[in-house]
Amino acid sequence: MISARGLTKSFGDLVAVNNVSFTIRKGEITGILGPNGAGKTTTLRMLTCYLNPDAGDIEIGDYNVREHPLEVKKTIGYLPESAPLYPDMLVYDYLSYVSEVHGVTAEARIAEMGKLCGITEVMHKNISELSKGYKQRVGLAHAMIHDPEILILDEPTSGLDPNQIVEIRNLIREIGKKKTVILSTHILPEVEATCDRVIIIDRGSIVADDRTEILQKAHGKERRITVKISGADYAALSGALKDLQGVRDVFQVQDEHLTAAVVVVDGESEIRPGIFTMAGEKGWVLYEMKQEQMSLEHIFRQLTQGGSHGQI
Amino acid sequence: MDRFNRAFIIMRKELKAYFISPIAYIVIALFVIFTGFFFFKDFFYFNQAEMRNFFQLLPLMFTFVVPAVTMRLFSEERQSGSLEILMTLPVTSLDVVAGKFLAGTVFTAVMIAPTLLYVITLLIVGSPDPGPIIGGYIGAILLGGAYTSIGVLASSLSRNQVIGFITAWAACFSLWLVDKIVFFMPSFLGFLEYLGSDTHFQNISKGVIDTRDIIYFVSIMALCMLATVKTLDERR
Repeated sequence: MISARGLTKSFGDLVAVNNVSFTIRKGEITGILGPNGAGKTTTLRMLTCYLNPDAGDIEIGDYNVREHPLEVKKTIGYLPESAPLYPDMLVYDYLSYVSEVHGVTAEARIAEMGKLCGITEVMHKNISELSKGYKQRVGLAHAMIHDPEILILDEPTSGLDPNQIVEIRNLIREIGKKKTVILSTHILPEVEATCDRVIIIDRGSIVADDRTEILQKAHGKERRITVKISGADYAALSGALKDLQGVRDVFQVQDEHLTAAVVVVDGESEIRPGIFTMAGEKGWVLYEMKQEQMSLEHIFRQLTQGGSHGQI
Repeated sequence: MDRFNRAFIIMRKELKAYFISPIAYIVIALFVIFTGFFFFKDFFYFNQAEMRNFFQLLPLMFTFVVPAVTMRLFSEERQSGSLEILMTLPVTSLDVVAGKFLAGTVFTAVMIAPTLLYVITLLIVGSPDPGPIIGGYIGAILLGGAYTSIGVLASSLSRNQVIGFITAWAACFSLWLVDKIVFFMPSFLGFLEYLGSDTHFQNISKGVIDTRDIIYFVSIMALCMLATVKTLDERR
């Protein structure tokens, strides 16, 4: 669906995107993840024909971005960061203007978008009067009004409150069932929550590119289990835990009333039943036992910190 | 055809934007008050059914008013970031520039439309010569279009509307001024007279429509629009 080869773009001395290549298949929700200033927006802007790459090539569908920008723009719906829509226009007027430019019949389509994005009740308000969440939804409606094959969203949830974030994510998931979606973000849980696939960019280059679960698995070789008990002190607890098979390390966690420890476990070994029986045998009361998979957050930190680019 | 259609949609959107905000009405009101004052100031002394007074003043008025009309066209979009949305819609830079240029020119035409009342007044109190009046209005549209294209170019150069206004005003004012100061210049610079917008406008407003004058205005529009397209593409 989308293939980018050797994309490079610099602004003056700053190389914003350096030799980036990727392909995105039809029907995937792809997250482009990276710290601020990593080159996410620049990459998206090149995909949407807003910026010309200095080097490299992009093909979207059957069209080359340099040769057929108009056709490419018709294939994609794009929502730039923070949805810079015309503040003085009514929502309805704005959407009918956009649909006119796309050459689609307006009324039925606008009503449909209103329902899908939940903006029917603000249709006759000025865009400047809308809250950020509504503005973002109008932006989504704008991007989808011509029923594009590909939807490109730059930081779609930035600046929204937690409820709005959940709503927008659900909306994206819903849309992603039928369309190809690319979204950029610097928020990790967002990728975990919405994306099938993640491309991690740091300082203008791709440092990881794979399906979300595979990335999690590849880096999920160790797990952490938090254990909280009463009836023993930390020394006794850690001694007993270290005796269990598969435990690599144990360290103390502060807790006001209970004795708490974090157990670091190797790869596949399952020690939770062991912990449970051990506590029972010793007469300790087990209050809490919680296992965490190493999250994308850790992977992200590993990959984007330190000089060398990590490998998957 | 497609291209014309796209430019037309953009033009309509821009015109709507003008008339939604109060600024349009303020600009038109000020324009009508000023020109009305200068037109009627001497009108009854001379006892002549003609609009020469009005058309002599118009080019100078335009150097201030037209940049005020055009200054927002691109600056505002760049300031708010909506240019990114506009340029990622399926339109070309030329569609955008043409649409905005047409909107500015139509606005200028709407602005001078109330002065048709002066024509009606003249028709009631006397029998004016129609040639200079018709020529004057044709010239006004051409001059308005030329200044609009300059304003559009100036607006595309900066995200600050004030800078856009001053740049456009300086360019328009220089064009207005150049044929008046050519008198002080060495004779080999005499050709500069042909660059003056006022000379060409006054020719047309005499009622003589000469291709040279039309070519002058049309080439300013074409050059400025091309330069604007280049500016937009250059920033990509």
